[in-house]
Amino acid sequence: MKASLYLGLALALAALLAAAASLIWTPHDVTALSIADKLKPPSAGHWLGTDHFGRDIASMLMAGARTSIAVALVAVGIGMGFGVPLGLLAAARHGSIVDEAVMRGNDLIFAFPSLVIAILITAVFGPSAVNAILAIGIFNIPVFARVARGGALSLWTLDFIRAAEVAGKGPARISAEHILPNIASLLIVQGTIQFSLGILAEAGLSYVGLGAQPPTPSWGRMLAEAQTMVTLAPHVAIFPGLAIVLTVFGLNLLGDGLRDRLDPRLRART
Amino acid sequence: MTLLSVRNLSLSIGRHPILSDVSFDIGEGQIFGLVGESGSGKSMTALALMGLAPASARVRGTAQFGGIDLLAQTERQMTRLRGRDIGMIFQEPMTALNPMKTIGDQVAETLLVHRAVSRAATRTDAQAVAAEKLARVGLPTDRFPLSLYPHELSGGQRQRVAIAMAIALRPRLLIADEPTTALDVTTQAQILDLLRGLAADEGLALLLITHDLAVVADMARQLAVMQGGRIVETGATEPLFRAPRQDYTRRLLRAAEHRPARRPPARSTDSSAPLLSVEGAVRDYILPRPSAFAPHPLLRAVDRVSFSIRPGESLGLVGESGCGKSTLTRAILGLDPLQGGAIRLGQAPVTAGRTMPAALRARMQVVFQDPYGSFNPRHRVSRLVAEPFHLTGRPPDADRRIAAALEEVGLSAADRHKYIHEFSGGQRQRIAIARALIIRPDLIVLDEAVSALDVRVRAQVLDLLARLQESHGLAYLFISHDLSVVRAVTDRVLVMQSGRIVEEGATEDVFADPRHDYTRRLIAAAPKIPETWKEDADADAD
Repeated sequence: MKASLYLGLALALAALLAAAASLIWTPHDVTALSIADKLKPPSAGHWLGTDHFGRDIASMLMAGARTSIAVALVAVGIGMGFGVPLGLLAAARHGSIVDEAVMRGNDLIFAFPSLVIAILITAVFGPSAVNAILAIGIFNIPVFARVARGGALSLWTLDFIRAAEVAGKGPARISAEHILPNIASLLIVQGTIQFSLGILAEAGLSYVGLGAQPPTPSWGRMLAEAQTMVTLAPHVAIFPGLAIVLTVFGLNLLGDGLRDRLDPRLRART
Repeated sequence: MTLLSVRNLSLSIGRHPILSDVSFDIGEGQIFGLVGESGSGKSMTALALMGLAPASARVRGTAQFGGIDLLAQTERQMTRLRGRDIGMIFQEPMTALNPMKTIGDQVAETLLVHRAVSRAATRTDAQAVAAEKLARVGLPTDRFPLSLYPHELSGGQRQRVAIAMAIALRPRLLIADEPTTALDVTTQAQILDLLRGLAADEGLALLLITHDLAVVADMARQLAVMQGGRIVETGATEPLFRAPRQDYTRRLLRAAEHRPARRPPARSTDSSAPLLSVEGAVRDYILPRPSAFAPHPLLRAVDRVSFSIRPGESLGLVGESGCGKSTLTRAILGLDPLQGGAIRLGQAPVTAGRTMPAALRARMQVVFQDPYGSFNPRHRVSRLVAEPFHLTGRPPDADRRIAAALEEVGLSAADRHKYIHEFSGGQRQRIAIARALIIRPDLIVLDEAVSALDVRVRAQVLDLLARLQESHGLAYLFISHDLSVVRAVTDRVLVMQSGRIVEEGATEDVFADPRHDYTRRLIAAAPKIPETWKEDADADAD
């Protein structure tokens, strides 16, 4: 169980490091085309080979990690930033019209398949990384709202909340001071999992051409472009595919491991 | 004849000894009490006998039960014994039943698992036996059909179902682990009566595990007192109560009867203005609509309640669960609005939520029952105790006052840097009192504040409360279901039933000569150690 946590951490860190490194250095310039070198298999000069324009795949993967992580991170930030306060508000006003409105609003968003709506948003506002972020972020809001509300509701029944009320503290202050620190572990775990889903969603949107636009490298678009040549040069499709799978896998392991680690109920059982 | 003979039962988990050399005998049809404070190992003894100790535990010793050694049985052999020869019931009737199955199916399940109905056991046969067993525990089929689900029953009725399951196969031994601790006093009396009747009628031996000495005095012929995983004293109940040989037993008995030294209620203040006055308070709850367009029905949880507390007075409020005392408390604390009547603290009206001025709120504080849920586990004690400063503004000497408050309740000033999980239940309750005291309120509401504590710790906390009352001139509203505690620490008492105050008067008068029928029933139902047993023990102690 511990091993999987560390494996997840290692995979997630590898993706993060690659993205961070690409800010200052990549083996080759990702925008440099060299048709003469197209579809080269992996070699000493090009570690993971080249694509149909002769661009270095290793460099593109590093730069693509930056796009994926940036999009997913901001999308999780949007989800947490709006979802957690909404969830806390719903829990503080449990049973009231506010609670109903927040929760039914959540249901409304949940009712639509997220990728379809994301396609709608990017189709209306034009494909770009910013619109992809917005589309993914909006669907993170109800997830965090539910997790925050669920965790907060069980805490609101405890006596230390009653003591805070007797000390004259209002619901906003109690939520910030007493509820939030006690549901932080829940939110961190959910954040990790939503992060991996965000990477997957970004890859999906880019794959259908609605994410980051060329020349910004993106894992999803690399896959789309490699698709027609998959029999001719399989490595062009395999490496971006592997990058997506390993990063998502790693983040899921990390989220699961953190859940076991941070949830006292599970910790007691081991 | 001896039914169960336990010899040198020892149990350890890792390197920690949990039980050491526990030995006792239970005769056939006998009620045997096992008493001790929390953590003394009484539940672990029962689990070890049932073969249900944690997998990591090492168990040694013997337990002869009808010719076999329970501790030497394999798991497969134990599954045949459990339920058939030994039944068990637990403390929490709310979680002991499967909410997804009807009560008939649950009782029948025990029968079917052991194929006890007949060779061609069918569901119908099992249901018939289940109906008979449920009738035996006081749930006749005409009023309690087998098709009921657990949520349709009260706590006491669920405990009856659990007993029916345990006795379905006429076991020779029934282990009851705190069977009435979660129940109200009148329900407790009924369940104890039922258990006593089963022991007498069916020759069922009962191992009664409890922390309540009065329950044991009432029920058991033989008992064993446990402390720290050992049996410190064992013997026939009455002689043991009259003349305890061990110092620990003596202290336990004295703590159970402990009455803190209190100055007599100051009669001279009778004419002074009340500190808190409740006038015709009404609190309604809106229930869900029974059908889509029907109006919301109302539940009147507090029905025109009036009373007052004078400065420096201790007022008791007793009643069973669901009588409305928690709802009333929330209204007094200014957490919920009233639907009628008024509550005044001093001369100012108590209103709910933000409309109540902080200075008024600062005049009353509260201590809750659960020492584990009363504190935010993520904060240090200094921050927890300082929380009421929110009402008064944090004074410049806050840190010194936190230290002083902790010392006042018998903790050390250095404790303020610790987290709450480093403290025991009794210490946490002291911290809760320190939190209530820190802004020097006039009134402290004690909501079952000592109910979750062991007898000796409870005695210490009651002493502490009495001392603080005297030194600070505090008034207490002491809410409890435990009549003996209320009798020991209050000047006046209110008895509440179904949202109404049915009796009010000076504590001694009410207990000595209860006038309302309900009060009489409550007092009669409370188990007590017979007065004549105590005199000897007292004489012995001196």
